[in-house]
Amino acid sequence: MQMLNAIIRSDRDGILVPVPQYPLYSAAISLFGGSLVPYYLEEEANWGLDFANIRQTVTEARSKGITVRAMVIINPGNPTGQCLSEGTIRELLSFCYRENLVLLADEVYQQNIYQDERPFISARKVLFDMGPPTSREVQLVSFHTVSKGYWGECGQRGGYFEMTNLPPKTVDEIYKVASIALSPNVPGQIFMGLMVNPPKPGDISYMKYAAESKAILESLRRRAHIMTDGFNNCRNVVCNFTEGAMYSFPQIRLPQRAIDAAQSAGKAADVFYCLKLLEATGISTVPGSGFGQKEGVFHLRTTILPAEEDMPAIMSSFKKFNDSFMDQYDGYGGGGSSYSRM
Amino acid sequence: MATSVSVETLNPKVLRCEYAVRGEIAIHAQHLLQQLERQPGSLPFDEVLFCNIGNPQSFGLKPITFFREVLALCDHPNLLDQEETKSLFSTDAITRAKKILARIPGRATGAYSHSQGIKGLRDEIAAGIASRDGFPANADDIFLTNGASPGVHMMMQLLIRNGRDGIMCPIPQYSLYSASIALHGGALVPYYLDESSGWGLEISELKRQLEDARSKGIAVRALVVSILEILLGRLVSMFSFVLKKDPVSKREIRCNSLRSEKELKKVYQENIYVTNKKFNSFKKIVRSMGYNGDDLRLVSFQSVSKGYYGECGKRGGYMEVTGFSTTVREQLYKIASVNLCSNITGQILSSLVMNPPKAGDASYDLYEAEKDSILESLARRAKAMAFAFNGIDGITCNKTEGAMYLFPRIHLPQKAIETASAVNKAPDVFYARRLLDTTGIVVTPGSGFGQVAGTWHLRFTILPPEEKIPSIISRFREFHEEFMAQYRD
Repeated sequence: MQMLNAIIRSDRDGILVPVPQYPLYSAAISLFGGSLVPYYLEEEANWGLDFANIRQTVTEARSKGITVRAMVIINPGNPTGQCLSEGTIRELLSFCYRENLVLLADEVYQQNIYQDERPFISARKVLFDMGPPTSREVQLVSFHTVSKGYWGECGQRGGYFEMTNLPPKTVDEIYKVASIALSPNVPGQIFMGLMVNPPKPGDISYMKYAAESKAILESLRRRAHIMTDGFNNCRNVVCNFTEGAMYSFPQIRLPQRAIDAAQSAGKAADVFYCLKLLEATGISTVPGSGFGQKEGVFHLRTTILPAEEDMPAIMSSFKKFNDSFMDQYDGYGGGGSSYSRM
Repeated sequence: MATSVSVETLNPKVLRCEYAVRGEIAIHAQHLLQQLERQPGSLPFDEVLFCNIGNPQSFGLKPITFFREVLALCDHPNLLDQEETKSLFSTDAITRAKKILARIPGRATGAYSHSQGIKGLRDEIAAGIASRDGFPANADDIFLTNGASPGVHMMMQLLIRNGRDGIMCPIPQYSLYSASIALHGGALVPYYLDESSGWGLEISELKRQLEDARSKGIAVRALVVSILEILLGRLVSMFSFVLKKDPVSKREIRCNSLRSEKELKKVYQENIYVTNKKFNSFKKIVRSMGYNGDDLRLVSFQSVSKGYYGECGKRGGYMEVTGFSTTVREQLYKIASVNLCSNITGQILSSLVMNPPKAGDASYDLYEAEKDSILESLARRAKAMAFAFNGIDGITCNKTEGAMYLFPRIHLPQKAIETASAVNKAPDVFYARRLLDTTGIVVTPGSGFGQVAGTWHLRFTILPPEEKIPSIISRFREFHEEFMAQYRD
């Protein structure tokens, strides 16, 4: 929020934000009076980036008098979970170099990776690997937190941002605003220190620490699979695998009658579905509209955090609800293979 | 390649805002500190004395034992199952920790809480407020925040729509207010406290400033009051002033209400050093005059950073919001939820501060002894320093009846003022910088807080350890006398 407040001067300053996105970005841009310039992630391409599309988006924004100042990238994504390849990050950095954008790299889920093809690589590392002039010119701000990973210390409110290639006078101004809040809370700072410098092999606590963290991450990986497979097993639901972060973001292909019913009830279609889901099963999710999605495409976001032993029951409860919802609103009963994609 | 983000392309509100407490003098002090560490003996003093920030524990103030015991147990609940714990922690701390954990979903201090803070803790705080004031308080009116400052920012964000929305602030004021108003693009409407009557508040001054602002097209939205600047008598008349100010409009803030809200900063309620005065919260006075919630929109701020607990680094505090409609409250909740919640340690501390050990509890005697010793020492330091300042030629200093600061006035000679002007510095900044470079004493120049034009002050904390105070005074006196001799007219 501090960075966006520093950058946004008026509603003619635009910030490129992925859609779907973690709504902190849209809220912050709105609060600071800027313009959100959305770039759509491609669901059929595993929530990948389409640079031709992004360039087009920037051109359109500029033609409307918007100065595009910054680009937000969330890696691994929230709610989408996709992990960026090194090649994609390079392309991103080159894009920012050419278009004169500061890259805001939200990397808070960097320790939540559930596949081995694309391990986490930081934007900063890629930037420096690219060498000059890119490595000296592209402005980058990277964000991390103690709230996620395998430590999950959300309540401590600890985190940091690291600035690369921002001029000293700008850093002074950011320091000035930070100093109004005096200091971040000290326990959060201590947690941060422990997070980046945990027990090492040979330390007394190492064995216990390694066992605890490994168990948590392995369980999260299993849960990512259970949920993805469970959703894909449901009628009219398709779900990309959760490669990272903590969420599953299945697409619910709502029948027209359901969409109409939602409209009569004065609700967005996915809100309608999620409310029905909650009422029927007690499962509380966030409708996809909260994160942004393409017109006419609906999702919900659930976390992969319920206890592993509860997962099968949760997925079967969901399936039961979804089957009966689809029976009710999808006149053709059993229509469409549950594995068909857009 | 032109850089995207540079000083030329930053948000102008960011560029405009100032925060003197950690401004130029404080930054330079950090450089000197590092220099002393790298090259001891390279400066005319061997330690940097930070008298600029109300940061008591950095000066050796010890935290309250009971509070820290409870925090430790809450953060590592495994301790509660161990036998050895009973010999290391007091029984009431163990009981309290268990009680607090029972109120936290999942017993996890590492989990996000409700955006207003954990309900059970807010209940305790509301009960604490009610027992302090004798009037009820509601847990739903409480927003737990990271220190008091975020609450102030939230209110400024809510109230300030554009540059013609004004917020009345006392001068001198804690620079958070001016910084926050600038950041949110509003207008600061000053009202001057009267130095000659011990920083008293005159209603006529309030009225004058209000009329003046309105005649310039400013919509005055709120009045900031820092409780320790107000004596009871003046408080009562000020309150009547506020009520009579405008045709009563029951419409919401967001619908362009003409009513002035009140924001009240009460964070120093435990720091009272004169025996004939007691802390009375603004809300208590308002309610005892017979005004209920609907009559006045009042926001009261409290913090765990001050008092006798001085837990600045934990970032704990709350605001109590009364008199606003449900729809406005929903907006406030929405803003609070963007940052999810305040840190849990701070939330727990707020509940402990508002519900400390009572007579009969195992920790009570130690708690009272620690508290009394701290407050008595602060009172002694306040007295000693004020007395010493008043004994120096060219300096006058009002006694401090509370809080943690002294605000001596330096009667600077014309020559000093001109020299400062020639190097483009405010005279008190110039003086403070010289003071720092010569003696290592760090203060905050009065310009950071606002002062009557042509008067110059320094803000000095009363926090250095008692044993150090005599040497601080004598070093200061020596510097001052040399400075005045150099710039004598």
